[in-house]
Amino acid sequence: MGKLIFEKQVKGSNHFSLPKENLDVDIKIPEDLIRTEDLGLPELSEVEMVRHFTDLSHKAYGVDDGIYPLGSCTMKYNPKINEWAARLSGFSALHPYQAEETVQGALKLMYELDEMLCEICGMDNFSLQPAAGAHGELAGVMMIKAYHNKRQDFKRTKMMVPDSAHGTNPATANVVGYDVVEIKSNDLGLVDIDDLQAKMNDEIAGLMLTNPNTLGLFEEDIQEIADIVHTGGGLLYYDGANLNPIMGICRPGDMGFDVVHLNLHKTFSTPHGGGGPGSGAVGVKKHLAEFLPVPVVAYDEGTYCFNYDLPYSIGKVKSFYGNFGVFLKAYTYIKSLGRLGIIEAAQQAVLNANYLRHHLRENYYIPYDRLCKHEFVATAKYQMDANNVTTLDIAKRLIDYGYHPPTVYFPLIVKEAMMFEPVETESKARLDDLLAVLNTIAKEAEDNPELVKNAPYTATRRIDEVTAARKPIVKWEEG
Amino acid sequence: MKYTPNPPAVVEEMLRSMGLNSLDELFLDVPSPLKLNGNLDLPDGLGEMEVKNHLRSLANLNVNVDDYPCFLGAGAYDHYIPVAIDQLLLRSEFYTTYTPYQAEISQGILQAIFEYQTLICQLTGMEVANASLYDAASALAEATILAAVQTKRKKILLPDNIHPEYRQVLETYAISGTFEVVILPTKDGIISSNDLTSNLDNNVAALVIQQPNFYGVLEEVAEAEKLIHENKSLLIMAVDPISLGILKSPGELGADIVIGEGQALGNPLSFGGPYLGFFATKQKLLRKMPGRIVGQALDKDGNRAFVLTLQAREQHIRREKATSNICSNQALNALAATMYLTAVGPTGLKNVAIRSHQLAVYAQQELAKLGFKLKYKQAFFQEFVIEVTNPHLINERLLENGIIGGYPLTDGLMLAFTEKRSKAEIDKLVAVIGGN
Repeated sequence: MGKLIFEKQVKGSNHFSLPKENLDVDIKIPEDLIRTEDLGLPELSEVEMVRHFTDLSHKAYGVDDGIYPLGSCTMKYNPKINEWAARLSGFSALHPYQAEETVQGALKLMYELDEMLCEICGMDNFSLQPAAGAHGELAGVMMIKAYHNKRQDFKRTKMMVPDSAHGTNPATANVVGYDVVEIKSNDLGLVDIDDLQAKMNDEIAGLMLTNPNTLGLFEEDIQEIADIVHTGGGLLYYDGANLNPIMGICRPGDMGFDVVHLNLHKTFSTPHGGGGPGSGAVGVKKHLAEFLPVPVVAYDEGTYCFNYDLPYSIGKVKSFYGNFGVFLKAYTYIKSLGRLGIIEAAQQAVLNANYLRHHLRENYYIPYDRLCKHEFVATAKYQMDANNVTTLDIAKRLIDYGYHPPTVYFPLIVKEAMMFEPVETESKARLDDLLAVLNTIAKEAEDNPELVKNAPYTATRRIDEVTAARKPIVKWEEG
Repeated sequence: MKYTPNPPAVVEEMLRSMGLNSLDELFLDVPSPLKLNGNLDLPDGLGEMEVKNHLRSLANLNVNVDDYPCFLGAGAYDHYIPVAIDQLLLRSEFYTTYTPYQAEISQGILQAIFEYQTLICQLTGMEVANASLYDAASALAEATILAAVQTKRKKILLPDNIHPEYRQVLETYAISGTFEVVILPTKDGIISSNDLTSNLDNNVAALVIQQPNFYGVLEEVAEAEKLIHENKSLLIMAVDPISLGILKSPGELGADIVIGEGQALGNPLSFGGPYLGFFATKQKLLRKMPGRIVGQALDKDGNRAFVLTLQAREQHIRREKATSNICSNQALNALAATMYLTAVGPTGLKNVAIRSHQLAVYAQQELAKLGFKLKYKQAFFQEFVIEVTNPHLINERLLENGIIGGYPLTDGLMLAFTEKRSKAEIDKLVAVIGGN
């Protein structure tokens, strides 16, 4: 590991400059509010600053470096045109409080994106305000609560979540003030309809669901699920993390979902940026439109404007209008792909996932080994049983071969899970290379298990995460 | 334009290798009544040249702050961004990577976040910081939840001079029932000790102070800090990071939780996002802090390395017991902030703060010469409100003169100044406001 930026500083080497203009104005800040402590920021020359961050970039791995089969994260190629578009000064240099007549292009883009997302999802209205998937969930579940509250239906204090769900689902329900009722998965990895039926009652506000689910399986009984929830007076929430393999094929709105959030940074190709920024657009059917976060973009007599006049709105979940610089990339992507491109992307995502699953099964246990959508779950069962080689070991060994590992130990209902999502922008040749490496690792686990257990052998070896959490060091300190 | 690399012949080969004949067979699990069968009402795709022309034409419908000097602030500021930052952000290892779950292949991102956390601590004078949240408003909401959980009390005293959008977001998050917002009236634009005292009781979890407050005015924090801590409540401060180049740090002022809008640190205005909310606390709150945190660790060979740490706090472990559902950070924006603070350094940040302040003072003095009065008489940092009856008309006139004016209030106009502005631009601003 190289030095931290603080360990590279040279006093007096920073030459950042401001205009020389003489202002001849006194500082008018009360003395007792003026900083007395040293600021402590590092001092570097521009060239050393550039080299530092370039060096850090060499120690990171992105989609441009190779296949990134991280399940549930949809690590697809991020088209370069998106980055170009976001940097046009007509977009990047807009202040959020500019008068509406000076930002008509931005508002038009938002309005059209709302419309296109409605069409893709089969919903009636969208808000682009939430900043991330979990944030979209929060807005969505708040709308469900606002809906029941408006109907004076205060006894609905519980939210149903499948046991295969992403952790944000139950966490979101809790943050909005719901108790969580867990719904079991059946032997096929799908929602257990009997369990759902048994737990649905007039205290249930709704059900949060992904479809396809986190095992990559399409919930074939989705219409029946929707009927059960709706008949019981609940609402159906769609977690759009897994929309990619069904976009243009079928729509959450047609399945019966009342609210959806999308991860524009997954399905719609905006880059993940190392963990953010994302965009968690949230869409609703008509009966929930009055609860959307304000403002919504409206169009009236040739002019686009913000509408704040939603008396039952949940309010705002974020300053301003959302991550504009992110969702404009999603807009660019949909415009580029168009109708046929969207459908083709979904088809090829499913093709790639099934191809990988089909050819991986020889050496890895696949608990739900049947037609999947965008992803599937394999496990290290064979390797564990034979030589005590774990999923974590296999993941770390993949790094030695220059691959980013799949999502591991999720979903929680599968032991030693490895969740692969190969996405549509990977070629057959790339998938074949990954298969070859995974098969090699399976052989290594058999012939030389210690080799795999001690992986990786990269510049940074396996890290002791337990001590890091027990005695946390979360900043650099001198000396 | 499309980005799927497998040509039809390869697709067929892949299908055959699985014993399938068509792509349709991959969707047999979707009930037929749900299938769109191509019936999707979207326009045809565009080629790259057409997309470029289309996006450019939309961008050209907007007036932008690169072409028009901008005097709007109110939570988002047109500060200068050194060129090196965007050049570095375009390194695709940074922007096309995911949350660094697999630490050994993500040391670059993890180290950058560790450096970011350190820089935020240096800037705020706090002991620990997280890897960033969505923006200042949502960071404030998370801060209030933390304060309520920590103190086991519910009331959050929110002065009425706080950013109105922060207040709206807080009121939205209050649906959780974890906390309740009590609006604290202010006097002459700042918090008064009398009003604060009369609102204190043993159910007050925290007081929020925005410094400078929404109207650009500097609060006298010391008295409020004393009162709030005597009440065994927490002090949450929402601060402008650039102002910390010259202002006393919230750590020095005794804050327990510090949040702020990090946009000004190297991130473009971008019509309101993406930005980042920075979040720092005292050490004792570390294990309850929301959001991602990067920690230092050792690898198998005993070398320094970095990992996402304290994950037992987070939603994927705690699930329905988690008090925050955050599972990401604004990593790329935090990276920009890290680069920015490095690019300007301690002297640069101080000079940016001073020049912004001096330009504001200059503008205020010039406006005063024409008889425009300050709505709030106290000291300000880089932004102030003048009393006018027709702010919208003034803004329209400014726009006709190639200037993006201020933030209109019912009886005033709030003007913001950054180091990018010049005396000449301010002279023109003043002249137009003055009616010349």
